[in-house]
Amino acid sequence: MKKKMNMNKSTKSTLITIGMVVVAYIIMTILANAGVLSSLMKGLLVPLCIYAIIAVALNLTVGILGELSLGHAGFMCVGAFTSSFFSLCFKETMAAGPRFLLAIVIGALVSALFGLLIGIPVLRLQGDYLAIVTLAFGEIIKNVINVLYVGRDANGFHFSLKDAMALNMEADGKVLINGAQGITGTPNDSNFTVGAILLVVTLIIVLNLINSRSGRAIMAIRDNRIAAESVGINITQFKLLAFSISAGLAGLAGVLYAHNLSILQAQPKNFGYNMSIMILVYVVLGGIGNIRGSVIASVILVLLPELMRELNDYRMLIYSIVLIGIMLFNWAPKARLLREKYSLKRLLKKDN
Amino acid sequence: MALLDVKNLGISFGGLRAVDKFEIKIEKGQLYGLIGPNGAGKTTVFNLLTGVYKPDDGKIELDGKNITGAKTIDINKAGIARTFQNIRLFKELSVLDNVKVGLHNQYHYSTIEGILRLPNYFKVEKQMNEKAMELLKVFDLDKEADFLASNLPYGKQRKLEIARALATNPKLLLLDEPAAGMNPNETKELMDTIRFVRDNFDMTILLIEHDMKLVSGICEELTVLNFGQVLAHGKTADVLNDPEVIKAYLGE
Amino acid sequence: MSSFFSYLINGISLGSIYAIIALGYTMVYGIAKMLNFAHGDVIMVGSYMTFLMASSLGLPPVLAVLIAVVICTTLGITIEKIAYKPLRKAPSLAVLITAIGVSYFLQNAALLIFGANTKMFKSVINLPAIKLANGSINISGETQVTIVACVVIMLALTTFIKKTKAGQAMLAVSEDKGAAELMGVNVNGTISLTFAIGSALAAVAGVLLCSAYPTLTPYTGSMPGIKAFVAAVFGGIGSIPGAFLGGILLGIIENMSKAYISSQLSDAIVFSVLIIVLLVKPTGILGKKIKEKV
Repeated sequence: MKKKMNMNKSTKSTLITIGMVVVAYIIMTILANAGVLSSLMKGLLVPLCIYAIIAVALNLTVGILGELSLGHAGFMCVGAFTSSFFSLCFKETMAAGPRFLLAIVIGALVSALFGLLIGIPVLRLQGDYLAIVTLAFGEIIKNVINVLYVGRDANGFHFSLKDAMALNMEADGKVLINGAQGITGTPNDSNFTVGAILLVVTLIIVLNLINSRSGRAIMAIRDNRIAAESVGINITQFKLLAFSISAGLAGLAGVLYAHNLSILQAQPKNFGYNMSIMILVYVVLGGIGNIRGSVIASVILVLLPELMRELNDYRMLIYSIVLIGIMLFNWAPKARLLREKYSLKRLLKKDN
Repeated sequence: MALLDVKNLGISFGGLRAVDKFEIKIEKGQLYGLIGPNGAGKTTVFNLLTGVYKPDDGKIELDGKNITGAKTIDINKAGIARTFQNIRLFKELSVLDNVKVGLHNQYHYSTIEGILRLPNYFKVEKQMNEKAMELLKVFDLDKEADFLASNLPYGKQRKLEIARALATNPKLLLLDEPAAGMNPNETKELMDTIRFVRDNFDMTILLIEHDMKLVSGICEELTVLNFGQVLAHGKTADVLNDPEVIKAYLGE
Repeated sequence: MSSFFSYLINGISLGSIYAIIALGYTMVYGIAKMLNFAHGDVIMVGSYMTFLMASSLGLPPVLAVLIAVVICTTLGITIEKIAYKPLRKAPSLAVLITAIGVSYFLQNAALLIFGANTKMFKSVINLPAIKLANGSINISGETQVTIVACVVIMLALTTFIKKTKAGQAMLAVSEDKGAAELMGVNVNGTISLTFAIGSALAAVAGVLLCSAYPTLTPYTGSMPGIKAFVAAVFGGIGSIPGAFLGGILLGIIENMSKAYISSQLSDAIVFSVLIIVLLVKPTGILGKKIKEKV
C-alpha cells in the first residue's frame, strides 16, 4: 500500500505543476481574447514561457545535478541561432507547421549536442571552476556568432568569420547570418499556445526524469559522489545525461525566443553571462531543486520589473535591493531567529 | 578457493607507506574482522579494495577474478559493496530511494522509457519498490521509507547504508566501523542484524571495528593491521590473546 | 618587430590592470570562499569618484585618486558588513546571488546618479611617453604607471602577507576559519581588512583602466571584473602570485589576439585559453590540488 502512495505522491505533484501551467494558460488566453490584457502584458506572454523553460532547464543542472552553470544563455543562443537559421533556409519551401516543429527539434538537439561536447571535458571540474568555465563557454558562443557570416547563393552555402563581402557570393546570393547584425526575417512562429505547450513538455521531461531510475542516479551523484560510485553508478554518464538534457531544454527556450523576434542578434543582454546570471537568480529564488518554484519565480521576476515600469529608473535598483533582502531574510541568522519567534505557526500555537 | 584473495598489496602517499605487503584471504560465508589502532591503514585497505585508490603493488582477486586497479563502479559490479566510516547517504533522497539507488544495476529501464512513462517503467519500478521494501524490512526501516535519509537517527543511518550496499547484490560486504557512535543496545542489535545478513543473504562480510565486544562477538577470524602492515591473523580468540597485538593496542 | 614589442607592452599594461583587480578577487575568494561578483562594480565606482573629484571639482589628480581609494575601501567594508557577513553560514549559492544583487545595486545606483551617458574620463597621469628604438616603440605615461603600480602592489601585498601579523592572520583564516578563531585570530576583522584591501585595489585599477581606456559608463567595471576573475582562476584562485601571473598572461593573450588574429574574436580566444588551461590543470597554473577524504 505504502509503495503505491509514494508513487502517487510524485505523480500528483507533477500533475499539480502541469495543471498550474494549464490553468494559467487558459486564464491568460481568455483575458487576452476579452481585450482586458494590455499590449504590454500580451507581449510578455511568450517571454514568460521562455524564461520559465530555461529556468526549469537550469534547475536541472543546478538543483538536481548539483553543478553551477553560468553559461546557460549560451545554450539558449545555440538553440536560437540554429533553429532560426533552419527556419530562414526553408521559409519559402516548407509549410509553417512542420517547419517550426523541425526547427524546435533541431534547436533542442543541437544545443543538447553542445551540452554533451562541452560536458565531456568540463564536468570533471567542480564548483566554482565549473561555473567560470561555463561562463567562458557562453561568452565564446556569443562572440563567435557575432563574427559569423553565412550566405547562400546558387553554388550553395558560404561561410566567413570576417565580413559579408568575404563570402564571395554570386549576384543572387543572400546573407543569412550577418555577423553582429544577426539573423533578420525569422518567421514569427512563436505564440503563447506553442510556448505553453513547450513549457508543459519541458516540465514533463524534467519531472519524469527526476522520478525515474536515471533521475535518482543523478541526485545520488549530487548528494554524495563517492557513495554513488560505490553502488555502481557511472558518474560521467549521468552527469552528461543531466547536463545535455538541461542544455537541450535551454536550446528549446532559444527556439521560442528566436521565432518571437524579427531580428535575432547575440548581444550581452540576451545571450551574455548577465542573462545566465539572471536565470540563476530565478532558480535560486524559486528554490534550488524545486521545479515548480522555478516556474513561479521566473513568472514573478519577469513580471515584477515590468509592473514597476512607472518607477522607471528606480525599478532595477529596487529589484536589486529586493534580491539582497530576500537572501538576507532567508539565510541571515538574525532573520531566522526573528522568523522563528514570530512565525505564524507559533503564534497560532500560543493562542491554543 | 577463497572469495577474496589479496596478495602483497601496497600503496604510498608521498613518502608515506600507508599500506605495505597486505595479505588477506576470506572464504565464502565468513565473518571477518580487520582491526588495528587508529591510523593503521584499515580504511585505506577498504579504499584499495573498492578502487577509490589504485594500489602501487599487489593483486586483488575476487572469486578468482582479478580486480586489481579496476574502477570503483566495476568493482561494485564484480561484487564488492561497502559502507563508510563517516556516513555517506544520499541525504536529500528518501530512505526508500537510497535503497533504490543501490538497486540501480539490478533493475533496468532506459531513460526514455522513464521520461515517457512507458509500460516497462511501471513494471520495473514496481519490482524495485518491492525489493527495496523487502530490504528495508530486514533493517526495520520500512516504517521510515518516506523519510529523508538525513532525518533518520544516527543508528538507523548506519543501517540504511548497509541496506543500500546490500541492494547492489554483492558477494562481499565491507563494513567500515558499523558500530561507531552507537550505544551498547544499538550495537547488540547491530550484531544480530549482521549475523542475520550473513545467514539469510549468504553473505561474506569483512568489517573494520574498534568495538572489541562486537569483534569478539561476531567475527570468526581477524587480521590485525599496524603501521600499514599485517601484525597478526587467525582465529579471533587466538589473535586477541596474541601479546604482540595487545602491545600494539596498549603500547609498552 | 617593433610593432610586436608595442603590442607586448600594451598587453602587459592591460594585464597589469587585470592583475590588480584579480589580486582583490583572489584575496576575497581565499578568505571568504565566495565569488564576489560585485568586485567589478567597485572598479566602476572608483572611476566615477576620481572623475567627479578631478574633472568636476578640479582637485589635483593625486588627491582625487586618494579620495576615490578611501571611498571604495569604505564601500567594500560596508558591503561586506551589510550583505555578506550575515551569510557566512549560508549555502554558497545564496552568497553568490547576494553578490549579484550588490552588483546590480551598484550599477543602477550609478545609473541614477551619473546617468547612462558615457563620460569621457580625463587621464590622471601626466607623464611624457618614453620612445624606444628610434621612436618606433612608444610607451605612454599611462602604460608606465600601470606596470609600475602593478609590480609595486604585488610586492607590497606579498610582503604584507609574509611579514605582518595581519597578513599571517589572513593566511590562517583562508586555511581554516574555525581553527584560526580558536587560535585567537580576529576572523571578522581579518575578513573586513581583506575586503578593504581588495576594494582599494579595485579603485586603483579603476583609475588606471579609465586613464588608458577613457570611456566611463555604469557598466565599465563589469567585463574587466569578469576578465580579472578569469585571470584569477587561470593563475590558480586563492594564490597571489597566481593572480599576478594570470592577469599579465591574460592581458598579453588578449592584446596579441587582437593584433594578430581578430579583434572581434579576442574575447573568445581569451576564454578558450582559460578552458584549455583548466582542462589540463584543473586548479589553474599555480593552484593547489584539494582531494576529498574518503
